[in-house]
Amino acid sequence: MLKVERLHHSYGKAEILKNIDLDVERGEVFVTIGPTGSGKTTLLRLVGLLEKPTSGHIYFDGHLVNNSERQRLEIRRRLAMVSQKPAVFNASVFDNVAYGLKIRKENGASLRHKVMNALDTVGLSGYERRDARTLSGGETQRVALARAMVIEPELLLLDEPTANLDPVSTSHIEKLVTEVIKKSDMTVLMSTHDMFQGQRLAHRMGVLIGGEILQTGDPREIFSLPQSRKIAEFVGVENMLGGVIASNIEGIVDINVDGAVVEAISNLGVGEQVYACIRPEEITLARTKESTSARNTFLGEMTRIVMFGPLARIELDCGFPLVALITKRSAEEMNLQIGNRIYASFKATGVHVIKK
Amino acid sequence: MHYIGDAFVLAIKLIFTGDYEVYSITARTLEISISSTLIGALLFVPLGCLIYFNNFRGKRTLITIIQTCYSLPTVFVGLLVFLVFSRAGPLGIFGIMFTPQVMVIGQIVLVGPIVTGLAISALSGVSPAIRETAISLGASRLQSVWVVLKEARFAVLTAVMVGFGRAISEVGLALMVGGNIRGYTRVLTTAISLETGIGDVALSLALGFILVALALIVTVLANRFLKVKEADVAQSRAPTS
Repeated sequence: MLKVERLHHSYGKAEILKNIDLDVERGEVFVTIGPTGSGKTTLLRLVGLLEKPTSGHIYFDGHLVNNSERQRLEIRRRLAMVSQKPAVFNASVFDNVAYGLKIRKENGASLRHKVMNALDTVGLSGYERRDARTLSGGETQRVALARAMVIEPELLLLDEPTANLDPVSTSHIEKLVTEVIKKSDMTVLMSTHDMFQGQRLAHRMGVLIGGEILQTGDPREIFSLPQSRKIAEFVGVENMLGGVIASNIEGIVDINVDGAVVEAISNLGVGEQVYACIRPEEITLARTKESTSARNTFLGEMTRIVMFGPLARIELDCGFPLVALITKRSAEEMNLQIGNRIYASFKATGVHVIKK
Repeated sequence: MHYIGDAFVLAIKLIFTGDYEVYSITARTLEISISSTLIGALLFVPLGCLIYFNNFRGKRTLITIIQTCYSLPTVFVGLLVFLVFSRAGPLGIFGIMFTPQVMVIGQIVLVGPIVTGLAISALSGVSPAIRETAISLGASRLQSVWVVLKEARFAVLTAVMVGFGRAISEVGLALMVGGNIRGYTRVLTTAISLETGIGDVALSLALGFILVALALIVTVLANRFLKVKEADVAQSRAPTS
């Protein structure tokens, strides 16, 4: 459906996108995820044909997009874009949503029917006569979504559609996007800086950091097997222990981390500088050293405990810092106090090894 | 000072007794200024769009020149039009010197910079996101320009109104290229100028009142048009949820 090849884009001397390759299948929801300023919006603007790339190719439905205004207009009419802070026309909600249809020469009863349907879908029935400029952020975003959906685009581009919204509006918009995708065979290319939103919505994800796509894959894969330190940091791997592989016996490695030995699974060779990444929720805590199948157990002193919601985040000093995430209830039952010496365990399979 | 009162009474009398001369001068004034403003709007609003939506070398300089021309002296424009359309001038063959037509042409030149410049300002008041939204929803170049023009409609209308103000109030050009011919090219401003010259201050003042009244009527009409629009908006702003 959409293919992007060796795409580069610069504004003056600033290189925003570097060598982007992307392949999005028809009906797929592809989410680019990355921190603010990583080039996500620029990528969408290029794909949305609002700007021309400095170099590289974009293929839409197998056709190379060239510089002819006519062809660009034709392709633009097959896609729609919703931006982070959508602009509404100084007109009624109805006229805003109807715009895309009107310029496609649609009118009369069928136009009205489609617009009303779209407003109904986004939960804005009864708003059609309202001045679109008086709506709240969440409502504006819904109008923008209705305005894009009503033209039934083959490719829907969503640029951080919930970045400026409160949690309730965010979940509303997410639900809408999911519904719309289910109902039609629309292809969606969406950007977000919210890892969890990416996980909730994406079939496939691409991590865009510093203008480069560093990793693509399904959301679980990116979340649990980040390929580099940058990605691991971005997806919230809090424990990244720098060390060197001391031995590798049939794929089971011993990593020397400041004198401590962490066991993990990896095919990297002896002497490789690596990070052992452990997600905080993979770590279990115990008062006494128990015999378990977990290959790694360290004794450490508790230095900090922070409660948030049902969870407790516990920082330990085991000679190296370690963060564990357990339920608040566990923390209370174990009566964990700062200064306590406790055992932290995690499985060798819970360690994800990446090259430094 | 008593003649201000006299003039006011005279003005009322002239208006309500249906004085033929006053009515024909007023009608001619409106005819010429409205024609030049409308033609000017049709020519120069699109020109403003053309300048605003295209990027070219010297764009800033051009806009500065246009803005400078806001204060182009009317007699200077009159002189240029005179040179172009007088018998010996390049367009002298048309033989339209001292006709209402040449006055309209002159006034178009006069309102051109104002309408163009203020239209550019009006357009630049619209967020670029509006045009991009239209484009991303499939608008062609022309359609996207139309969207921005619609967003800027009130400011564009103001530009045209200011142009009309300049056209109806100028005297230098009307005198130079129109010639203040009675019953033909005589307009309110030239009539005032003449009557004052021959000492009929009361008639001058009366014509002045009529001129101001016309300006007032036009302003009120335009404001009412805007108000109606605003009321529409206010009504639709009433929360429905």
